Amino acid sequence: MHPLRKQRLMIVIFIVVFSSVAVGLMAYALRENINLFYPPSKIAAGDVPHNTRIRAGGCVKPGSVQRASDSLEIRFLITDGISDVKVNFNGILPDLFAEGEAAVINGIVTESGEINASEVLAKHDENYTPPEVAEAMKDKGEHQKTCEGLKYGA
Amino acid sequence: MALDFVQLAPEMGQFALILSLCLSAALFVLPLVGAHYGSNVLMQSGRSLATGFFIFVSFAFCCLVYSFLHDDFSVKYVASNSNSLLPYYYKISAVWGGHEGSLLLWILMLAGWTFAVAIFSRSLPLDMQARVLAVMGFVAVGFLSFILFTSNPFDRILPIPPQDGSDLNPLLQDIGLIIHPPVLYMGYVGFSVVFAFAIAALLTGRLDSAWARWSRPWATMAWGFLSVGIALGSWWAYYELGWGGWWFWDPVENASFLPWLIGTALIHSLAVTEKRSLFKSWTILLAIFTFSLSLLGTFLVRSGVLTSVHAFANDPERGVFILGFFLVVVGGSLTLFALRAPVVKGSAGFNLLSRETFLLANNILLTIIMIMVLLGTLYPLVADALSLGKISVGPPYFNLFFLPLMGLLCLLMAFGPLSNWKRTTGLQLVNLLWKPWAISLVIGLVFPLIYRDKYEILAALTVFIASWIVTALLADLFYRLRNSDSFFAGLKKLSLSYFAMVVAHAGIAATTVGVGLTSIYTEQRDIRMEVGQKVTVVEYDFILNKLTHIDGPNYTAEEALITVMKDGKFLREMKPQKRRYLASGSTMTEVALDVSLFRDLYVAMGEPLTETAWAMRVHLKPFVRWIWLGALMMGFGAVLAVADKRYRKAIKQESPAVEVPVGKLVNE
Repeated sequence: MHPLRKQRLMIVIFIVVFSSVAVGLMAYALRENINLFYPPSKIAAGDVPHNTRIRAGGCVKPGSVQRASDSLEIRFLITDGISDVKVNFNGILPDLFAEGEAAVINGIVTESGEINASEVLAKHDENYTPPEVAEAMKDKGEHQKTCEGLKYGA
Repeated sequence: MALDFVQLAPEMGQFALILSLCLSAALFVLPLVGAHYGSNVLMQSGRSLATGFFIFVSFAFCCLVYSFLHDDFSVKYVASNSNSLLPYYYKISAVWGGHEGSLLLWILMLAGWTFAVAIFSRSLPLDMQARVLAVMGFVAVGFLSFILFTSNPFDRILPIPPQDGSDLNPLLQDIGLIIHPPVLYMGYVGFSVVFAFAIAALLTGRLDSAWARWSRPWATMAWGFLSVGIALGSWWAYYELGWGGWWFWDPVENASFLPWLIGTALIHSLAVTEKRSLFKSWTILLAIFTFSLSLLGTFLVRSGVLTSVHAFANDPERGVFILGFFLVVVGGSLTLFALRAPVVKGSAGFNLLSRETFLLANNILLTIIMIMVLLGTLYPLVADALSLGKISVGPPYFNLFFLPLMGLLCLLMAFGPLSNWKRTTGLQLVNLLWKPWAISLVIGLVFPLIYRDKYEILAALTVFIASWIVTALLADLFYRLRNSDSFFAGLKKLSLSYFAMVVAHAGIAATTVGVGLTSIYTEQRDIRMEVGQKVTVVEYDFILNKLTHIDGPNYTAEEALITVMKDGKFLREMKPQKRRYLASGSTMTEVALDVSLFRDLYVAMGEPLTETAWAMRVHLKPFVRWIWLGALMMGFGAVLAVADKRYRKAIKQESPAVEVPVGKLVNE
């Protein structure tokens, strides 16, 4: 074969092989590792697949945080003003986690509609609300400082 | 009432910024016009304009620093990012602690690089120099209009300024933040120089070895800064966020990693273009992409579309501006590429087994890795825009493809330096490499046996790959020295750029060891700790002695006193803190570290449980220092490469008049 064509053929083979490996890996990885975000009202309504990893977010309901006395187990409620969902977590909470503030939870929804959290994320500073949480609250006409504007009664 | 400089500084800074916008607009237009019509005067104006641009931007930056040091809270940006209680060094670093100031830092870096081009490229043909500076001017116009029209750091709060500022985010009150953004930006913005060279090459149609030799040091330097900058960010996250992680596949981290991946491909592709006049269009394309990804990173970070500690403000107007600028740069340069690329095409053959092939594999692998990181980063944004739901892509996705592909890259890495340009034989590679292969296999297989009781096959693989890179480099070194009289006489003959390659590749090996072994062997205990209680992690015992209250300059803190024993003997005391910052009321974790080359002890306070009990993180992290050590080696390699004497020789020999081939000068 002409050297130039041989060289081109080689380049093409390289690209095809590497990119098919890459695409295969990627399709597999994306299918397994996407976490969908749900607000508490959807979880409470049962619109959420059980036993798959999801992301949830809302405001931590004041007065709902309960700690175990001998371990790091903790329970609290998150709310979007419509429904509350119970979260179970075993570990250390981030510094800016607090009652009445926004939190994002990675975890699995159990059959009974609770979230077993593998990770709890809080906002980075006091002026900041996670966009997903802000979005979930937006239907009620509240924008910044979402969790402060929320009425926790009822 | 007389106005003194404190009160005037913001207005003078503002004025200086406006002047630099005018200067950079002139820098964009005049040299280009000059190059088009062959006017020497206009082409030479580039250098003076670049100098003026640099001086005025530096002045504006100094004005902002001055306002911070003098607590001028009538300036909105100062009021929202500083506080009178802040120590002076944090007041200075607070300048780039928010959106507006970090943008000003970006522009200062751009001005610095432009100035450096003006100084160091005197040996370039005048038209090339003029065009490169003009492209830099274009980028500057974009960013200066952005800062002036959407994010002015000098905006005032009048008539009633606040009594005190609302403080710098405590996460950012740290030595890591003082140095991380400037170094990272040096890298980001540095790629604008290579981009400018690429565009100038497309405009003139001149893309030969000389072009590659001019642009190579700039690319290498920017890449070195970016490597160190990313590592600094990772190091900062490790001890400041208090979770013990050093890389989270956070979208903002990815944003800085994308240009690094393509920049790495670029510096290798440039080597081929310089030595063999091959891969020319590809090199140009990589240069365009590297800078585009730097811009994309800026867009992602600054537009507030991402959830991150780096996303300062959600201001759609800003996002739209950067996105528009990004599209102009990418669209414009790609159109130019499509129109002009045939002009710069090269043609020379190379064999299937040759250094070119290995470098091509390097480029393809790095590009694929970049695309996958890019997809994982952008997918949630795209899905959100198309209303497919709120999605997040986690570390498992990135690890799944990144580790195998990077492993493959590292395996192939050993072949590159040993193979010849144009053609090499399999026999030659086998002769040189069977020993390194065998030695690495033994080291890799034995290491997990000695290190811990449980045999980890991945640790064996990690150590094998790293030692394969290093032993192959050594084999190559000895091969090169085979004919010299003595070892040291031979070493002296090798070029600095060769040592640069060795150091940087060894840096990759070190980082590989760090990443692999830390991930595999980290021991972590998140536990409840009572005063007097003991926690055992492998051979270390941690005892919580007491809890004390401490008052700092602008915070109060709870401090735990922890005694660490190794095999029953006293090792040291560790004092982690939980701080509460007064001005903002936010809480911060101060990690206690015991650092050594082979392991870190990491203790962080979680939250108080009772009067005498805290939730604590106690980690043992083997080889974690190697991650950053490797990055420093890469940075050092970049410095060595740029110091190579062939660049200095080039400056002495090439006077502009001689170097320019007639007929290629202008208006091709």
